[in-house]
Amino acid sequence: MDYFGAGGTGAAGVPARGPHPAREVVNAAMELNAFALATQIAVLIVALGALHQPLGKYLAATFSSHKHLAVERGLYRLSGVDPQADQHWKVYLRSLLAFSVVSIVVLFLFQLLQGVLPFNQGLGSVDPWVAMNTAVSFVTNTNWQTYAPETTLGFGVQMLGLAVQNFLSAAVGLAVVVALIRGLVRAQTSNLGNFWVDLTRGALRVLLPISIIGALVLIITGVVQNWGGTDIHTLVTGAQQTVPGGPVASQEVIKLLGTNGGGYFNANSAHPFENPNALSNLFEVFLILLIPFSLPAMYGRMVGDKRQGYTLLSVMAAFWIISTALMGWALAAFAGTGTSLGEGLEQRFGANGTALFATATTLTSTGAVNAAHDSLPPLAGGLAMVNMMLGEIAPGGVGSGLYGLLVLSVVAVFIGGLMVGRTPEMLGKKVGAAQMKLVAIYILVTPTLVLLGTAITVSIPALAAAAPAEGPHGFSEVLYAFTSAANNNGSAFGGITSSGPALATMLALAMFFGRFLPIALVLALAGSFAKQRKIPNTAGTLATHGPLFAVLLGAVVLILTALTYFPALALGPAAEGLLK
Amino acid sequence: MNAYGRQLFTALRFLLCTTVVLGLLYPALVFGLGQLIAPAQANGSIVSVDGKAAGSSLLAQPVTGEEFFYPRPSAVAWDAGSSSASNLGPNQPALMEAIETNRAEVAAREKVTPGTIPLDALTASGSGLDPQISVAYAQLQRPRVARATGLGESTVSELIRANTNNALLGFLGQPSVNTTTLNAALLQARTNP
Repeated sequence: MDYFGAGGTGAAGVPARGPHPAREVVNAAMELNAFALATQIAVLIVALGALHQPLGKYLAATFSSHKHLAVERGLYRLSGVDPQADQHWKVYLRSLLAFSVVSIVVLFLFQLLQGVLPFNQGLGSVDPWVAMNTAVSFVTNTNWQTYAPETTLGFGVQMLGLAVQNFLSAAVGLAVVVALIRGLVRAQTSNLGNFWVDLTRGALRVLLPISIIGALVLIITGVVQNWGGTDIHTLVTGAQQTVPGGPVASQEVIKLLGTNGGGYFNANSAHPFENPNALSNLFEVFLILLIPFSLPAMYGRMVGDKRQGYTLLSVMAAFWIISTALMGWALAAFAGTGTSLGEGLEQRFGANGTALFATATTLTSTGAVNAAHDSLPPLAGGLAMVNMMLGEIAPGGVGSGLYGLLVLSVVAVFIGGLMVGRTPEMLGKKVGAAQMKLVAIYILVTPTLVLLGTAITVSIPALAAAAPAEGPHGFSEVLYAFTSAANNNGSAFGGITSSGPALATMLALAMFFGRFLPIALVLALAGSFAKQRKIPNTAGTLATHGPLFAVLLGAVVLILTALTYFPALALGPAAEGLLK
Repeated sequence: MNAYGRQLFTALRFLLCTTVVLGLLYPALVFGLGQLIAPAQANGSIVSVDGKAAGSSLLAQPVTGEEFFYPRPSAVAWDAGSSSASNLGPNQPALMEAIETNRAEVAAREKVTPGTIPLDALTASGSGLDPQISVAYAQLQRPRVARATGLGESTVSELIRANTNNALLGFLGQPSVNTTTLNAALLQARTNP
């Protein structure tokens, strides 16, 4: 709490105590300031509270409009898209998959051919395994980075390849959730809208304008945007240093706004050129949360009942606030007892800035980091994993957070229906055997990928060697990697080496199926809802709004996660937290 | 061409068109506006010594002499071309060893007892390029720097104060001293006393 005492008065710190001096915190420099953390949360609540309804209204209008902008009409003509076509859910899905597969292939080739393409800063062809992993990673909105950007990628691949996918993969997420909502709203049709139109509007009308404004704010705080990066400076201290540069701010903003997370630099948002100070840090957390927290408002408007949106928003917000507070506690409570809080943290953010960022990035599909998560105290690192294991629904990734929470709402409706002995309904649509099959598979996909991937890796010594840390920490590094990949998060316990063929491939598969299997199931669910006629509400219908449903939904989220992942968490971070 | 082939061809054309807008026009616009609105920041917040560019005020600089303030330890030896953390786990023996090594080094350099060294002086930052240190670590280095530069302790104290970033609005960040701008100010004070 009191870092002013230690810092401001110039006290040199208190003497070390205990058996091992390094295991004691000797200075309050990195101590958590609970007041500062609470104030930053309050600022975010005020800002997001002011913006989520206007932005939600804008989003709903954008995806409901029948008008096309001139630039969009040109784009449709050049690509051979018929924007008037209303697509069957299977055609919608096929378009989405075609676009994603083409994006992966193009991004892969772009990296392989980097040496002969312009803007490569003298860097050559990327290792094919790394290129494959990276292509899948950015198209699936994961942004797992098995490469060090500074020494691997020039401006061209970063700007024309990765940053473009940062926009488009986020717009894919928006398209899917819009299609699911249309499935709930429409009746007696199998058509869900037009994928290309939804993709275009998400990228050009939503993400692009906010990115332009956000990039300028970031530049003012100190994020760079230039075409340099080659000047060797003779420093103040007489040493030599090449000051890096590049189109950073334009990529930084969409990295956060699109909940992508792939850093322009290796250190990601811990790098001073990506995140120069505590103000930029708070703004970056705001960017991460902005769209995911506004989507419930869009949902409420599109289904014609704002209460539906507020209920989902309250569940998201409750998890976010509790988890951020827990992260602050996990950082502070264990700083003096077995770990050295300070390693991997940046002085300018302090522990509270790290708690805020680490929580937002793992409760969404972002995965950007402003500290080395691998060096966090065990329970803080474990909490980051739990956040991802919740399914990234609080508030979750752009689009993926809301469709994840809507699928869990179907589970809650089903369980509620069983309890009162009525056929469960979701917004006037029956939840029958066909729907529950899709939902059940959806729920099993991610845990299967996480636990199978982790089990295979730790069982084969050659693979397990990628995480050299001894004891439970090595296990945590592997568990974190597959949790992050299958949930399309992208943050890492950086001690793991995932650039080898085996792990690069396994993680790429986890990212691919962790993204597109749930999307296919969501669109199938949307199609099956759209086909039904709407059943009028009766007095016996379980309401999907209000505190009762919010509590039921929150319980479903917790129970599903706890039952699935508890054994794995016990072997990793929990065991490590008990070690002294 | 069948339906699948047509889909893929459409996807490819769509990707190329959006790449022009999102990959070229957009960063170019941000570049132009950035150079217009905040050129100093957009170009890396460069500090200058005697009118010559001498690194970025946002990045730590490697120090070897007695006459400068040391930044925090770095897992990449302050190489701005390869930012990284140590990524050592909190209970890994390697981390404890690194901390002990740093502790011995700082204690010998500053001629203080090992127990009085603040944590940020012992632990590597997340980026390896963090230029900020705690006020306590700056105070610890003050006597050595004052001695080596011949500037009085009060002058050095004054420079530390001038290069301390306090928590913005009382809740953003924590008080910390920017070693890069502080060292530049030291150099300035020595050449133009």
